Amino acid sequence: VCIHRVRSCSSIRFIKSKYVCVFDKSALKFSHQQRLFRTSAVSCGQIVQFKLSDIGEGITEVTVKEWYIKEGDSVSQFDSICEVQSDKASVTITSRYDGVIRKLHYSIDDIAFVGKPLVDIEIDASKGVASEEDVVETPPMSHEEHTHQEIKGHKTLATPAVRRLAMENNIKLSEVVGTGKDNRILKEDILNYLAKQTGAILPPSPKAEIVAPQRKAEAVPAAPKDKARKIPVPASRPIAFAGKDKTEPVTGFQKAMVKTMSAALKIPHFGYSDEIDLTQLVQLREELKPLAEIRGVKLSFMPFFIKAASLGLLQYPILNASLDENCQNVTYKASHNIGVAMDTEQGLIVPNVKNVQVCSVFDIAVELNRLQSLGSAGQLGTSDLTGGTFTLSNIGTIGGTYAKPVILPPEVAIGALGKIQVLPRFNSKGEVFKAQIMNVSWSADHRIIDGATMARFSNLWKSYLESPASMLLDLK
Amino acid sequence: MVLQSLKNCLWLSCVLRTPKACFWSTASGGLIIQSVSNDVYQNLAVEDWIHDHMDLEKQQVLFLWRNSPAVVIGRHQNPWQECNLRLLRQKNMKLARRRSGGGAVYHDLGNINLTFFTTRKKYERMENLKLVVKALKALRPQLDVHVTDRYDILLDRQYKISGTAAKLGRTSAYHHCTLLCNADKFVLSSVLKSPFKGLKSNATPSVPALVKNLFEEDPSLTSEMLLDAIAKEYAVQHQIDHHITLINPADETLLPGISDKTKELQTWEWVYGKTPKFSVSTCLNMAYKDSVVDVKVNMDVKHGRIEVCKIDLPEQWLPPGLYSELVKSLTGSKFCPNETTTLVTTLLRVCPQDDELHSRWSLLCENMIRLM
Repeated sequence: VCIHRVRSCSSIRFIKSKYVCVFDKSALKFSHQQRLFRTSAVSCGQIVQFKLSDIGEGITEVTVKEWYIKEGDSVSQFDSICEVQSDKASVTITSRYDGVIRKLHYSIDDIAFVGKPLVDIEIDASKGVASEEDVVETPPMSHEEHTHQEIKGHKTLATPAVRRLAMENNIKLSEVVGTGKDNRILKEDILNYLAKQTGAILPPSPKAEIVAPQRKAEAVPAAPKDKARKIPVPASRPIAFAGKDKTEPVTGFQKAMVKTMSAALKIPHFGYSDEIDLTQLVQLREELKPLAEIRGVKLSFMPFFIKAASLGLLQYPILNASLDENCQNVTYKASHNIGVAMDTEQGLIVPNVKNVQVCSVFDIAVELNRLQSLGSAGQLGTSDLTGGTFTLSNIGTIGGTYAKPVILPPEVAIGALGKIQVLPRFNSKGEVFKAQIMNVSWSADHRIIDGATMARFSNLWKSYLESPASMLLDLK
Repeated sequence: MVLQSLKNCLWLSCVLRTPKACFWSTASGGLIIQSVSNDVYQNLAVEDWIHDHMDLEKQQVLFLWRNSPAVVIGRHQNPWQECNLRLLRQKNMKLARRRSGGGAVYHDLGNINLTFFTTRKKYERMENLKLVVKALKALRPQLDVHVTDRYDILLDRQYKISGTAAKLGRTSAYHHCTLLCNADKFVLSSVLKSPFKGLKSNATPSVPALVKNLFEEDPSLTSEMLLDAIAKEYAVQHQIDHHITLINPADETLLPGISDKTKELQTWEWVYGKTPKFSVSTCLNMAYKDSVVDVKVNMDVKHGRIEVCKIDLPEQWLPPGLYSELVKSLTGSKFCPNETTTLVTTLLRVCPQDDELHSRWSLLCENMIRLM
């Protein structure tokens, strides 16, 4: 007789998904111990009080500091149950049984006593109650093929769920290398073994399965999105898929993005793009880079782009303006606080360089260095992140040519700079030469800015960058 | 003393859990290893790794390590309560949370760390500390050092030179302790003093103590000498060769899975998110124009995130819509200056563009951020 125990409770974590409960007729003798009957499931186990075992050094009481499980969760033997502390020692208490947690006897910060019950676990009746000693052997299994297996003197340790997975896939546990504690075979080990068999690289399962049992309590960031995936070769046996959907609340940086972009949606955008020949600028920067380094500053192309933008804004101030909520008034901002989009570990932030209209290219470079180092350390202040009037986004450092940037309210324009490519172009004599080409994509608020204005601004900005000497004429 | 660089890891793998045939005799009762890295996260990861993967039944391990400047708090402590976070950030000093209990300590290269790995049954802190004292006395017999019943080592009966913490798992355990040789006491006292007021928490508090460096007692002592003396004593007591094996905590082949452990120790969720629930109750006295605005702030922080946020502002000081947006944004976000700065500056983008409003907002938010 073989039945599947159906898990009933609300919040059991997916890691311990299926649990096979097997009993034969002799187990029915234990049925008088059954207490819990729920409408949606049948429980077949007895409640065992798991007592807090001896900590050592004559310690009799500890403080409960953290629970790794809650009532209703399934646990396997050796899973972490809680963390207790006693006199500078932090102790991880692990489960002695497979079962379902029915009661926690203490709350956080309570004093727990050695020898007194810590949790009540409902265990499968057929397994019987483990002895008081720390159990090293695996619990008795009914699947004859997968009883205690000896690998060169080691017993294989694996939970019932893992053993079932191995059995379903016709895998001998002796052939699997266990990476868990004490050589335990984890679910991940079975999957890796399968992957090697079929040549498929399985999608990364939630991190919590890979690491040792201790750390299942907290959600760990998902595996990197850019992990390459091969298409599984059709296999003769079914591959167990361990990937699971993960839902997380939107907080922090993402929340900020949601707010900004929702507001940006209200702005009618139009786009304008062009290509800039930076050949001369590249040369100029090569000459100036060592000078800047002597002064202790890293000189990129951005200071030039920013200064040229500011010079352009002097001629077309409407691009440095702000439209009020009711679209009644346009405020022309006096300061050119040009924002620079920065990609940090946490996400997108846009600090700005203040008053570019009175800064030299070198001043801008210094300020950019400061903002970049603060940005990567996560230490930008509120004044660095507010007051922006115009933004440039150098997405080209990551890649791409043309883009469709989104305006950051309350601004009215934004430019996205693509990567610099070496491309063949014709010069005035009709000869082909190697040009350093960069694409720019502008977006502007069509409520107060028209295409012609954007085009003229872009042309002016382009002319400054294509012949940097012309900037000298207009520099203030 | 022979330092052996580890190139062939086969012999080490014998004591590990790979099911290879083992040809190396594991009859020796101990192993002494030293980290070549000064990165606190890497070294803590090595402790985790040994605790999780090594079979300590036949062989106990002594791990020697030193870190570049860092503050290390205990498993159940509150970093806001234990150290000056602003100072740490300014100095670009690392903050780590270890897995063992106990209080907060300051590490730099003038401090040595010793970790004694045993099976759970053989866990015995007093013995380990007595070993250290014996080693110190063998090196400098005139040193007045002894072990207290709080597992501290005192110099001259009053100065703490070593603090202890421990971690017990199902089958293995470790006891680690510090030893002040030549640490920067000035930095130590300034980073371990928290300016935070109004914090209520059940996190393990640290017990401040008067400290002294062994170097001050005897300037001829160096960290290397102390490490060597302790290794020697350990070797004698475990009847093994006095040689120290160097290990590189970045070596994934030798220690499979170590880089994941190292990464986990650096995540915000571990360092800050594991702080036991606490509440903040304080009053911001903000100087605004010609007066002072008193703002009562009450926050409950769980898992490092703001669960409940109450800000008592004078009526109409901020438009009600904006005020509720602020509270809504803060609720559920990290109790972290970086995240809060991003949130509040973003909110400013979508509210009416009014200089007066902006300056009030900035003032309030900057004061809030300073709390974190």
